[in-house]
Order: sequence, then structure tokens, then C-alpha cells
Amino acid sequence: MALDSKIPQGPLADKWTNHKNKIDLVNPANKRSIDVIVVGTGLAGGSAAATLAELGYNVKAFCFQDSPRRAHSIAAQGGINAAKNYQGDGDSTYRLFYDTVKGGDYRSREANVYRLAEVSTNIIDQCVAQGVPFARDYGGLLDNRSFGGVLVSRTFYAKGQTGQQLLLGAYSAMNRQIGRGKIKMYNRHEMLDVVIVDGKARGIITRNLITGEIERHSAHAVVLGSGGYGNVFYLSTNAMGSNVTAAWKAHKRGAYFANPCYTQIHPTCIPVSGDHQSKLTLMSESLRNDGRIWVPKKLEDAKAVQNKTLKPTAIAEEDRDYFLERRYPAFGNLVPRDVASRAAKERCDAGFGVNATGEAVFLDFASAIIRYGKEQAHVKGLDENDESLVNKLGKEVVKSKYGNLFQMYEKIVDENPYETPMMIYPAVHYTMGGIWVDYNLQTTVPGLYAVGEANFSDHGANRLGASALMQGLADGYFVLPYTIGDYLSDDIRTGPITTDSKEFEEAEENVRKQIDSFINNKGTKPVDYFHKRLGKIMWNKCGMARNEKELKEAIEEISALREEFYKEVLVPGEANEFNEELAKAGRVADFLELGELFAKDALVREESAGGHFREEHQTKDGEAQRRKEFQFVSAWEYKGAPKDAILHKETLEYENIEVKERSYK
Amino acid sequence: MNLTLKIWRQKNANSKGEIVEYPISDISPDISFLEMLDVLNSQLIPAGEEPVAFDHDCREGICGSCSLYINGEAHGPDRRVTTCQLHMRKFKDGDTIFIEPFRANAFPVVKDLVVDRSAFDRIQQAGGFISINTSGNTQDGNAIPISKHAADEAMDAATCIGCGACVASCKNSSAMLFVGAKVSQYALLPQGQVEAADRVQNMVAQMDLEGFGNCTNTGACEVECPKGISLENIARMNRELVKASLKG
Repeated sequence: MALDSKIPQGPLADKWTNHKNKIDLVNPANKRSIDVIVVGTGLAGGSAAATLAELGYNVKAFCFQDSPRRAHSIAAQGGINAAKNYQGDGDSTYRLFYDTVKGGDYRSREANVYRLAEVSTNIIDQCVAQGVPFARDYGGLLDNRSFGGVLVSRTFYAKGQTGQQLLLGAYSAMNRQIGRGKIKMYNRHEMLDVVIVDGKARGIITRNLITGEIERHSAHAVVLGSGGYGNVFYLSTNAMGSNVTAAWKAHKRGAYFANPCYTQIHPTCIPVSGDHQSKLTLMSESLRNDGRIWVPKKLEDAKAVQNKTLKPTAIAEEDRDYFLERRYPAFGNLVPRDVASRAAKERCDAGFGVNATGEAVFLDFASAIIRYGKEQAHVKGLDENDESLVNKLGKEVVKSKYGNLFQMYEKIVDENPYETPMMIYPAVHYTMGGIWVDYNLQTTVPGLYAVGEANFSDHGANRLGASALMQGLADGYFVLPYTIGDYLSDDIRTGPITTDSKEFEEAEENVRKQIDSFINNKGTKPVDYFHKRLGKIMWNKCGMARNEKELKEAIEEISALREEFYKEVLVPGEANEFNEELAKAGRVADFLELGELFAKDALVREESAGGHFREEHQTKDGEAQRRKEFQFVSAWEYKGAPKDAILHKETLEYENIEVKERSYK
Repeated sequence: MNLTLKIWRQKNANSKGEIVEYPISDISPDISFLEMLDVLNSQLIPAGEEPVAFDHDCREGICGSCSLYINGEAHGPDRRVTTCQLHMRKFKDGDTIFIEPFRANAFPVVKDLVVDRSAFDRIQQAGGFISINTSGNTQDGNAIPISKHAADEAMDAATCIGCGACVASCKNSSAMLFVGAKVSQYALLPQGQVEAADRVQNMVAQMDLEGFGNCTNTGACEVECPKGISLENIARMNRELVKASLKG
């Protein structure tokens, strides 16, 4: 099947408005007889479910957590971008569009990104109206901060818990509709298959995670807002339950999977401490507004810090290497995430790492404390040369800005970041790749839509900070509710979809078979054993730097691991009860397939772009080198084993932006 | 560290539970409490025993899933943390640790340490929102200035993660801190004024219907709240309720 992105004709700035004016609508009376399933209740799924219900559709929403409020969007810290230009610093829709395309290393779709920038301002207005308590300045107006890869302040925030507040906003909008009976909410339900009837997505099969019951649910369309697949690395900043299963089942039913190798490794995470670690904790990118990243300049100092015989505060200023400021004077510590992560890895690989494993760099607030302290002393008419006073005042300012993050760091690491620099290291955070969708957010399966991190569309090869929240809410509040109407307008005479068809039966049978095979397998090793091994392969061979030899090895190793998994996995308990190991087994089975496709995608993409860095393709300064012939989206069609997947290419055209070498120097 | 764990085991909502003892050894003080339970489960599974079920997800203190009652305290001995952020360095070698679910009539046990907190969802569905549709045509976010103080206070209330520690800590199993926090968030903002009276009445009515107890001002909830939600929110909710009843 040829890929049709369905980008509307006309000038970039008019595409969305014209498209909205021309697509078909469903009248309010007919909406009442149309059902829509939404899988996932994070920012994208939650906002889509609420808005579709407000419009009058009958929505059934599903989440595996015990409440929609616990979806992992809740953990996003720093903020949400919008081209409001409240600061008067030159921001505009075009500039947000430009920054996002450039930040994505020219691997995203122009029309989608422009639309995202265009609706970004509506998101802020909508959320304020819902009662989201964004930070305000002393005049009572909305406050902004800066994020990486841009030269303006356009990030709105609610302390270090912006994702939480936006999700609770979407959750409250859902609650209103659940109360009205327009959303039927299914908590603790996991989607285990999509049902296709006559070529259209017409329902899903779920497992009730409390009773183990397998259920059939039908609808006229299915929306996946099931998030990203970062947990294929085992250790990531994702929640423990975050998984690829919904997306992967959709892929197996015909939805193409796009750019799986585009993964974001976030530079500021708390380093790995030991073997029993279950997840990694992010320290918000907003810390890079004030924190300076460095390692010792001298190898002997680095060794001494690693052995804990030298304190970082004892290293003189001239013996410190602020490597981001040195390499990228224009953007300094606020270069995009992929660039910052690779630069940290480069220093650590060269032996300059600063913890016992040599895999950490410092994030230091000492200069910010002095700068803010002097400013405060000046404002209050106190002595700017009194060191202890300046220190005290400066710490108060830093605490008011980042207090909750500092507290979190101290609880985990047991060190006081006000006194000694934080230690950070890159970790898997976000996946730009996902289910391929057209301009309408429809997958290659008619009636099956994907929103938020689950789709691939807006971030190219690297996502800028504070853009994930923007995209999730843009898709759910402002894009999908329009575009899905165009599709559903053909369904006004269809009537209820029966679950008594052979398609539902076959899908349910498949689900039962897999569950029974896990329960009856009686192997010797728990699920986590395989998940950890998969994570090690992914991190070592498909991580921050990739090469042909290792990617080929990864493909072989993952394939072998998958075989071993099915032979040796041990799932305790029964199918018809609360059984977390069983749920995990299904998720890891899908990760074991996705992981191989991921490596294959990385192998085929013989260029470096954003988060995908191929060692064979770098400039002489070690920067990512794109290649013109790879200016396309890789969309993979499922054909059985991952090695048999077929590559389809969507060529990316840039008509409104000049494709240049991405430079942050 | 070597520890003795005494864990509440209960097959499902309808069966009777009991405390079961598990010795565990070689626990690093740097791992989190939930990672210690992961270690226990990784030993139980190959031994043919059922792993201990517990709720958890983000493991960074924000999703509100984890819910353990550890040595008689919700989220354990540390302050201002959830169980997933509690580290084993807070315990000593040789300690005996009791691990129970959050107990309340309105939070029935699902299995082992997992409880059903959907009562919290239903309270929110009764009125924890502002009735505004998604349109993209709402007024500009800066149209109504909101004082920094009010915005910050609303944020402090909104920071509740809905874990239920307040209920588990309260001798009356009261949910007033949870409900008070949501009522306060909207009561402190101009956007919340239009529906203020209905909201507080509906949410409190649902709270009573779910079987949560009343507040007798012991303040245990505030002490155990991992997000430091203040008792002031309960006072504000009561004021809002009185105001609403005067309106009739």
C-alpha cells in the first residue's frame, strides 16, 4: 500500500483552517449513535476522550492504571510550549514551527508541525479556563521559562509538575463527562488486540486486570493514546507499566510502525546506582536554565573524584571543563537533548566521568546561587560582598525555583545538591517514533487513530523540551475531534457494531491462546529476567551511539532472546485473577518483537539524525551528519517476524523551511 | 541488610487475609522500598510461591499508585515521600517491617497490598471540574490576571496525587484532606467561582455516600501526606460548604 499523508493543498499557514472548513461533519443527533473507543488516558487519550464526549459521541475509555489520573503524562515536569509571545521576545507561530522542525533534525512533517504550533496558543487558554494553576508573575500574568534548543521564553509551567496539572485538567474534563454518562470508563483494563471488520477498526479485546476476564468492546472507531515504548530499554524514565502492547497489536493488525529507532535519551537523569534499579528518574530540563554542566579538565582529577578522594567543590574554576559552553557557545547548557546527551557520553567515554562507574557528569548550581544571591542583596540594599549572606539569599531563590526537584534528588541520592553539585547522566526518556499516521492522525488501518507519543508525527528525530505536553493536548483537544468526524460521517447509518462476529471471536481466541501459553509454560525464569537482558542489548547496541556491526549483533541477540523467552519464561498464578506477572509477560513479549524492528530500522537508516546517531556518519567535530537521501519517514509493515517487515518510505518535502546543517554553536 | 518482612497476604476481595513472614537478606541501603519488594518477588517466583501484589507505576512520587502502610505509617517512616521514594537507608539491619495495605471501608482490598480507590474518582466525577467545553475560543489566558499568591496557593492544593494516605492515616478514614484540596484549588481561582456552591455540595455528598468518615481535627493526614497538603484546605472546604448552604 502506498503511503498517502493526506496533507491539504495550499499555503502552509492556511492548510489547517482550509482543511477544517472542507471536511465533513456529523450532526449532533447522529453523534449520539456513534461509539468511539479511546485506549489510554494520558494527555492525548484523556483530552481526546473528554472532547469527543463533549461533542456528543459515546466514548469508552480504557486505562491499565487504577485511575485515568495516573497515566504517565503525570510525571512530566518542566512545562508546555506555546507561541503566545507574552514576553515580546520575538516568538511567533512560525518560529515555534521552525524551532520544532530544526530541533527534530529535519525529519518531521512540515504541515503537522505547523498545525501544532498554530493550536499551541489555544491549549494554554483552554487549560487556564479549566483551572490549571500555571505559574504567574507578580502582575498576575502567566509566567514563562526557557527550554533547550530555542532562543525565546515560551514555556508555561506549574512548578516542576506541569504534566501533573495538565493531566488533572484533562482528567477533570473526563470526569465531567463520566458523570454525565458520556464516557464509560474502564480502569484496570489492558487492550490486547484491535478487531478489524471489513477492513475497518471496529473494536478491541481487553483483559480486566482484576478478574482476568477477557472482554469484547465494539465501536465505530478506535483511538490509541497509549504512549511511547521507552521501556524496551528496561531502564528508562517511563513508568513501570508503560508499554508498547496496544501500539504493537495495532501494528500486527496492519498499522505501519514509523521510525522506531528515533529515541530520545534525556541528558539530565539521576545516574544508575546498581543492579536492582527498576527505573531512572529525570531531573527536569528546566534545571539547565541555571545549572552548569561540567567535568574535571584533568584526567587525574576525574580519577580522584571517582575514587572519592577529591571533592568536586575543591576543583578550581580553571580546572573545570564546562564542555557544553565550550563546544556550543551560542546555546551553552541549553542545547537540545540529543546534543547534550552525546556530549556527556563523549566526556565519560574519554574517562572524565565523575561517579564510581565513570558514567556521570556534574550539574552545578554554585554560580547561579551566587548570581541570584548578589541580585537579591542588591535589591534589598544589603552587602553584595558578604559571601555567606549572598549564599543564603541565592539558595533561597534556587529553592523557590527548583525546590521540589532538589528534594527529590536528595531523597534518592542522599546528597545535598545545594552544597555539592548534582550528578547526572543521560537516560531513555521519550520515543519520537510510533504508529504512522496521516495528517488526520489516522493510521494505515481505516478507523484506527493514534494520538500523542503513540504516533510518530511531530517531533522528527529529536523532540524539544516542553513539546510533548503540547503535542499530546493538541492532538486530543484540537486535532482529532475534527478529523475523526470526517471519517465517522460515513457511519451515521451503520448502527451499533456487533461483537458476535467471527472477527471478534478470532481476536479473542488469539488473546486467550497467548495467555494460556504463558500460564502453562512453567519455565524457570521470571519475566523481568528477560526484560533486563533485552534492556542491556538495547542500551549497549541501540543506545546513544550505534554502528552497523553492533546493530547486526543486536538483531541476532534479540531474536535469540525471544526464542529463549518463550521456552523459559515462568509466569506464576492463574489467568483469571489479578496477576501482574502475566500482564508483564504479554508486554515483554511485544517489546521483544519491537526491539528487533528498532535495531533493524536503525541499521537501515545509514545517517545520523537527532536521537539516532550512527558512528559511521558524523562530522569531523563529532556532530550528527544527515544525508539527503534519507529525508524520509520509515514506515514498517508487519509480515510475521520482525526480520520480514517491509519498509515503506514517506518522502519529506520542505517547502517553507531551508534544510540546513543543524548548528547550535 | 538483613530484614524480616511481615506482609499482609490476601488472595482476593472475598477471601480472608493474614500476615505472612518473609526473611530477606543482602538488601542494599541504596535501593527503594519497592525495589526491595521486587527483590522479594524475584525470589518467591522461582520458588513456586505467589509474588506479593502491590500497586506502583511511575516510581518517582507523582502518579499516586503506591500505597503501602509500613510499620503503622502511610508511605513509611520518611516524611514528604511516597513509598516508591522511600529508600532502605531509612531502616536498620535486623529490622522487622510490617507491610499492610491502606485500610479503609471505602478502599476495599483487591489483592494483598492492592486496594480499590475508585471512590476518589467518583468524588471527582461529582463535581471536581469546571464546566467548560474544549473549543479553542475560550478567552485569552491572560485576560483575567490572577495574583501570584492565589495561583501559588491553588497550585499547593492541586499538587495532591490522590494516593489516599490521608484516608489510611485517619482514625475515622476521612477523605476531607483529599476533597478539601480539590475544592480549594477551584475556590482560590476566579475560574472556579461560578460553580463553587454546587461543586462543594456535590463532592461532599458523594464523599459521604462512599462511606468515608468525618474529620475530628487530629491532623494525622497532614503529617503523612507525601505532598504536604495543608489542613487549611479542610477549613476552606468547610467555609465553602457553609457559604453554599447559606445561598440555599
